[in-house]
Amino acid sequence: MIRSFLSRTGQMALVIFGISVLVFCIFFATPGADPTARIAGRGASPQVMARIRAEYGFDRPLPVQYVRMMEKLFVTRDLTSFVNHGQKVVPEVVSAAPVTLSLVVWAAFFWVVGSLVIGVASAVLRDSWVDRLLMVLGLIGLSMPVFWLGEVINLFTQSRWHDTWLFRWVPPLGYVPLSQSPIGWAKSLLLPSLTLSVSFMGLYARILRSELLSAMGEDSIRTARAKGAGPARVWLWHGLRLSWLSYVSLFGLDFAQLLGGGALLTEVVFALPGVGRLTYQALATLDLPLIMATVMYAAVFVVIANALVDGLYALLDPRIRDGQHGR
Amino acid sequence: MDAEQLLDIQGLKLNLPDGTRLLEGVSLRLNAGEALGVVGESGSGKSLTAMSVMGLLPGLKASGSILFSGQELVNLPDKVMRKLRGARIAMIFQDPMTAFLPVRSIGAQIDEQIRLHHRVSRREARARTVQLLERMGVPDPAMAAKRYPHQLSGGLRQRAMIAMALSCTPALLIADEPTTALDVTVQAQILTLLREIREEGAGVMLITHDMGVVAQACTHVAVMYSGLVVENGPVRDVLDRPLHPYTQALLAAIPPLDGPRPERLPTISGQPPTPDNRPTGCVFAPRCSFVRSECAVRPPLTEIEEGRRVACVLYAA
Repeated sequence: MIRSFLSRTGQMALVIFGISVLVFCIFFATPGADPTARIAGRGASPQVMARIRAEYGFDRPLPVQYVRMMEKLFVTRDLTSFVNHGQKVVPEVVSAAPVTLSLVVWAAFFWVVGSLVIGVASAVLRDSWVDRLLMVLGLIGLSMPVFWLGEVINLFTQSRWHDTWLFRWVPPLGYVPLSQSPIGWAKSLLLPSLTLSVSFMGLYARILRSELLSAMGEDSIRTARAKGAGPARVWLWHGLRLSWLSYVSLFGLDFAQLLGGGALLTEVVFALPGVGRLTYQALATLDLPLIMATVMYAAVFVVIANALVDGLYALLDPRIRDGQHGR
Repeated sequence: MDAEQLLDIQGLKLNLPDGTRLLEGVSLRLNAGEALGVVGESGSGKSLTAMSVMGLLPGLKASGSILFSGQELVNLPDKVMRKLRGARIAMIFQDPMTAFLPVRSIGAQIDEQIRLHHRVSRREARARTVQLLERMGVPDPAMAAKRYPHQLSGGLRQRAMIAMALSCTPALLIADEPTTALDVTVQAQILTLLREIREEGAGVMLITHDMGVVAQACTHVAVMYSGLVVENGPVRDVLDRPLHPYTQALLAAIPPLDGPRPERLPTISGQPPTPDNRPTGCVFAPRCSFVRSECAVRPPLTEIEEGRRVACVLYAA
């Protein structure tokens, strides 16, 4: 147990190291581009350029530059954005993380509940009009671009129908911290997280439906019926138990990629100061230290989530725990 | 025999929704304390008959009559059927690997069946599970109950399956090819177990295509062909003196244990008919070597002597 945990941690460290080298090389070791000028931003004075060159060690060999960069990111955490007038980058990412976390947790809650209900309902009522309707709705949700949906929702809830009874409660765009007002926090996140969850809900419901239907053909489901279990028990206890492996693995990866800044479009449209919007701003202003920080932050999240999903897999399926795949 | 009549199937027909007839009118009887072997080739309707008794064939239209201890099972509402299933009628499946849920421990799955039919605590259910596993000859039953299906051998898994089927002491145990996936030594142990269950008073319906299994474990046998029972009687009589030409051909195709070995075993020429092109007369007529003009009318299953029934014009009085 401890051994497998250690080996897993070692693997994670190795992957993160690999990603950091790759990201570093893309931004700082590209031939023909001067990283000093890029960090300094447009129109920087020669004094600033000189200071940056010395600080980051751009006049020294690449490995030294890499170590300097990582030290600034993870140890001293004083990587500074010059585009943004000396703003420290790491605290900025750290303060944006709770916003993204709140948004994604809410969205995940909606899409898991929604897709479970829709997926199970359409599997149970397969080939009926309810099933067809739900699957068409799922496809529509899946194919609606999130930025467009967000803008349409904003249009109606913020201006068109804002003064009707239905949307009077909608707060202005932006984020209210949980510590400041829990109700305000929930209100400010309800519409953005619903918007974000729509496409996932459609996708997950479709996956769950097909997995569930194929699981219901298994011999073990026939055994469950032969034991005298009722339909609710057969579908929800036995059927779901057999079919949610791929659902769970997909969920882990999507959740991580959203936490890592994948909710960028939603955050921008709803003016939520999360990691995604930070990345967006960094890209728009070519703020190299900030890009570096957000990309590394996203990579760490995806790697950790991968490890968690593997652990969860072992909990859900004893065959994987024993290192025995397949039957 | 004056034993209590447990199962009485009369003229059971099964239709697909498009009208294709899968079972042509199966008639079977089983008394408590007897074991009925149902034999026949693949597609003859053995498993379908068993599944209809369990009521596990939604989407197929059944007609005729299945009396279980005097209660009609055909068209019984699922809610009522569910109370019988697992409690009074239990089933053992062919492949114990896929029949168990792979993601839960054996013990948890047996506990579940007990708790579905009896109001007992988790702890009591587990105590009973361990007791059952022990009775089935599973070594270290408390440990085995905590294990997952893939961690047990095929024989142990089938024992666990039988333990699960017996957990609510059913009056009727249906075993659908319980030994096909097992090797011969394990097969013999499982058959011994089934014999013990029968001797304790339950009725056993054993579906197989292995005459050897029938000879070892059954008291009665029903031979099925193309959705019909063609011959039915006590095992000794049927094996020693088969009446129906199909049974005769089937037994002739088994290599003899003593005496000179034939160069080639006799085979039955041709293939059994598919459900959509069954002859209107005797279903075996196209492959029968005794075929005659009367075979154009389907012969009913008639009792020709005490306990022996056969569907063939050769024995019509």
